[in-house]
Amino acid sequence: MSSPFEERPVGVIHDIGYRPYSGPRLRESAVARSLFITGLRNCFGLGRSGKSKVLPMLLLAIMLLPALILVGVLVQARTALNLDSQILPYSAYPTTLLLIITVFVAAQAPTLISRDLRFRTITLYLARPLRRSTYVLVRVASLTAAVFLLVVSPLLLLYVGGLLAELPVGAETKDFAVAVVGAFLLAAVLAGLAALVSAVTTRRGLAVTAVIVVLLVSYTVVVSVQGIATEFDNDTVAELAGVFSPYTLVDGLQVWLFDTDTSGPAGPTSTWVGLVYLFVTVLVVAGSVAGLLLRYRKVGAV
Amino acid sequence: MVPVGVIDTAQLTKRYPRVTALDSLDLSIGDGVTGLVGANGAGKSTLIKILLGLLPATTGRAQVLGFDVAHQGSEIRALVGYMPEHDCLPADVSAGDLVVHMAQMSGLPHAAARERAADVLRHVGLAEERYRPIGGYSTGMKQRVKLAQALVHDPRLVLLDEPTNGLDPGSRDDMLDLVRKIGSEFGIAVLVTSHLLGELERVGDHIVVLDAGRLLRSSATTEFMHATGTLLVEVLGGPTAQEKMRRALDAAGLPARPEGQLIEVDAVDDTAYDVVRDLAVDLGLGLVRMQERHHRIEDVFREGEAGSVQPV
Repeated sequence: MSSPFEERPVGVIHDIGYRPYSGPRLRESAVARSLFITGLRNCFGLGRSGKSKVLPMLLLAIMLLPALILVGVLVQARTALNLDSQILPYSAYPTTLLLIITVFVAAQAPTLISRDLRFRTITLYLARPLRRSTYVLVRVASLTAAVFLLVVSPLLLLYVGGLLAELPVGAETKDFAVAVVGAFLLAAVLAGLAALVSAVTTRRGLAVTAVIVVLLVSYTVVVSVQGIATEFDNDTVAELAGVFSPYTLVDGLQVWLFDTDTSGPAGPTSTWVGLVYLFVTVLVVAGSVAGLLLRYRKVGAV
Repeated sequence: MVPVGVIDTAQLTKRYPRVTALDSLDLSIGDGVTGLVGANGAGKSTLIKILLGLLPATTGRAQVLGFDVAHQGSEIRALVGYMPEHDCLPADVSAGDLVVHMAQMSGLPHAAARERAADVLRHVGLAEERYRPIGGYSTGMKQRVKLAQALVHDPRLVLLDEPTNGLDPGSRDDMLDLVRKIGSEFGIAVLVTSHLLGELERVGDHIVVLDAGRLLRSSATTEFMHATGTLLVEVLGGPTAQEKMRRALDAAGLPARPEGQLIEVDAVDDTAYDVVRDLAVDLGLGLVRMQERHHRIEDVFREGEAGSVQPV
């Protein structure tokens, strides 16, 4: 029998020394998935400092706000306004808010791409089993997914609102599905371009500016050229000019592939222009990834 | 290549357009702590990058843990931890989050990664600070984080590139103790580079010296510090007593000379100890010190082998 006076140690920390790890070591696919999820979370500031959450969350809120208002109007005043479709078509929503999308891409691509290069954290990744090419592809995939989520969430809100307002389900579902494909194409083009620009300019401020210039200035120029060309009845020039900005490019591709209404001054009307749009889209995405792989080939080795 | 030590290289050469970074290097490194010494630009970092499979060798071969660096880089990197010389930590992430993430990048499942990260951060001595963003850390704390991420996946070998760089004397001692502990208590082989000989003398079981990409010397630390064949003797009673003792030793056939406050005696064989003791007793002097004199590693280099290596 133990003595009642026997003292039992309370709150003692035992130094158990170094413990080797004998558990499982996952393969490259699992590691890549983990990197993808961390990258996606980081794009929205999750897992980073509180300060880094402000901008992406604010932008997401601004993206959702018009959709929320539109849904409110639609649900409340559908009969009064005699509406039988969305007030703003799904496919036009991203172009309407392209400034917000641009700021998001410009702010978050450097956090994902330039940060590892600037702080040289890339060395720590390269010193691990993951291959260089896998790292690059996963980073682009994370950024694509983040932009896609930003673009698609207001569309989803509109869709749910449309169903609540008892718009025709078949037509709504078809339009929404087309817009989701469009959102994905837009995300891939924007993420590819922004990642490439960020990888070349490792300084954060410079990368942000460069991405904004590439995305926004190209759009302004393209829309101006399209406006002037339309004015002079030169439709072919107006249609072809669209491939020089990511927003008009993806919008035009949607017009050609799914017969949506163009949200810019001009979209492709003939098959060969449509094929040019498709070709340029594939070229931009593939070219960005190829450029990134080339950029990272020498990183960390010398 | 047959020998399967921790690291084996055969005629390993790396040439850049204008400079040869490694020149026909034949190395064999085993368990324990191995120090890699050389001046800046001697080829230390190049060797580490080749061993990690990040940089192809121009000619020659290298094996790490039995894997060929040219074709099995991924297998090597799964079992090796690397602490780079330069800064490599993102400022806006906490040490805890970073080390967990890096553990996952080495293939540990999330739960195991968290557990290992907490363990390893405790071992390197980062407690509460690990929840704060790394941007606010001191150099010493950053070095600890870099070491933690190299250990978190329980590697069989760690490559530490100048772990004491930029540290104040106190933090340097802590870091060297940690390196020593990794090699002995943790049972992980260590290759640690430094341009400071004194550091590696303290932690290394084995020392490899590189000079301009060539292997200058590779041997056990104890060999570097072999006895010089002289004894240091000290007796109580100040300079006069020392002088009396020195003369007596000379007269007894043991050439002796003053060495600062001590006397240095050429000891031909083990009988010298008895002679010194008996003389001290005969002269009625208090013998307070009689020790073998060892070389320090830097003395070995001072003998004209590598002028470019900096002693401490």
